[in-house]
Amino acid sequence: MTALAAVVALPVPGNRFAMRKQHAHLSDEALVALVARGDEAALGELYDRVSRVAYGLALRVLRDERHAEDAVQEAFLQVWRNAASFRAERAKASTWILTLVHRRAVDLVRREERRQADPLTEQTPVGTASELTDEAAWLRFERERVQHALRQLPDVQREALELAYYGGFSQSELAERLGVPLGTIKSRMFAGLARLRELLDDTNQEGSWKPQLTS
Amino acid sequence: MEAPAHELTAAYALDALDAEERRLYEAHLATCSQCQQELATFWETTEALAIAASGPAPSSALRDRILADVRAEPPQNVVSLESRRRRTAPALAALAAVAAVVALGIGLWAADLSAELDDTRAALERERTAAAIVADSASRTVDLTSGSGRLVVAQDGRAALVLPDLGPAPPGQTYQAWIIEDDNPISAGVFSGEEGLEVVLVDGDVAEGEVVAVTVEQAGGAETPTLPPIVASNPV
Repeated sequence: MTALAAVVALPVPGNRFAMRKQHAHLSDEALVALVARGDEAALGELYDRVSRVAYGLALRVLRDERHAEDAVQEAFLQVWRNAASFRAERAKASTWILTLVHRRAVDLVRREERRQADPLTEQTPVGTASELTDEAAWLRFERERVQHALRQLPDVQREALELAYYGGFSQSELAERLGVPLGTIKSRMFAGLARLRELLDDTNQEGSWKPQLTS
Repeated sequence: MEAPAHELTAAYALDALDAEERRLYEAHLATCSQCQQELATFWETTEALAIAASGPAPSSALRDRILADVRAEPPQNVVSLESRRRRTAPALAALAAVAAVVALGIGLWAADLSAELDDTRAALERERTAAAIVADSASRTVDLTSGSGRLVVAQDGRAALVLPDLGPAPPGQTYQAWIIEDDNPISAGVFSGEEGLEVVLVDGDVAEGEVVAVTVEQAGGAETPTLPPIVASNPV
């Protein structure tokens, strides 16, 4: 496709995206600033950008669609209430939102005792043929990149990361479950996360959580 | 890395601490810049783990429920005094908050991007400055008397217009912003407008009692505003 054809294919003013995507050109961080001033549409745009990952994460931890939706809903309410305290020098907006979702999901799973120990195995495809958007394609690419990096970790480190992050186990529970000293679990999690960070840095060109699509 | 608290940074990023451990670690975190830096990069790594778990989209009803929740909330968005106090350098923090603001309307597909790069950089810089003004909790909001949107004025007098639905200027014409003191309008820059929400930096500082307005002018801008303005603020 020539560059010109691509330009022609871009959404034009007045089409059905125009209203919904009125904030599409702003960064995640700028959207949080608008949310802090009570802008509902900005929250909607943030939701549109992050909800797929947020929901997938909550579902992985909670293993239940209704509970996963609850966790995402509560986390976004926290985003709304606490946007003014978001500090971009500490984390990207997407990172912040996902930590809120994960924290909420873990708190719920510990309360519900609904944890399951299955490691990261079955995968639901990201995006169907009818929605092969840039975002879905990027998510699939990024997911495979992270999973590839995970597979390169020593088994005990990967196990510790997956049980903690996806299983919602606390470090003490992990030590008990795996029958190893707490110090060993701490070391495995630290070494595993540090190694994963290194592996992802090596393969990451962008450093950005998702491509910014032009409006 | 030997100190026990440091080693808990990974467990904290993974949410693998129980409530008491979490509280103790956060108390340590507040005073340890090394852990703060480590945590920032670990959070990026756990974000990657989150992405690895992505799957089907949630039901569309969830989006509706969240927005309904938000509408049911009592008005907030008044930055508390406490959180203002916590900010050691509001302007810097706000700048950091918008460091990633994306330039408006830069086509990734542009055939000859380099020729436009200088213009683009200048536009990006203006966009960042405007977003920083909006993001600064010390800025105040001034309502408009005509047009929809608002004017946000920083403590130092710099100002940005937040215009949700101005749309592109008609062909051959441009938008022009004005700072009006008494009946004396001073041009505050031209802009072309675009679909969707626009955050426009006002050139020049705005002082108390002055009004900011926007008119439609011939391309290139005008010496004096063509009335009536399509956007006008209350006196600042």
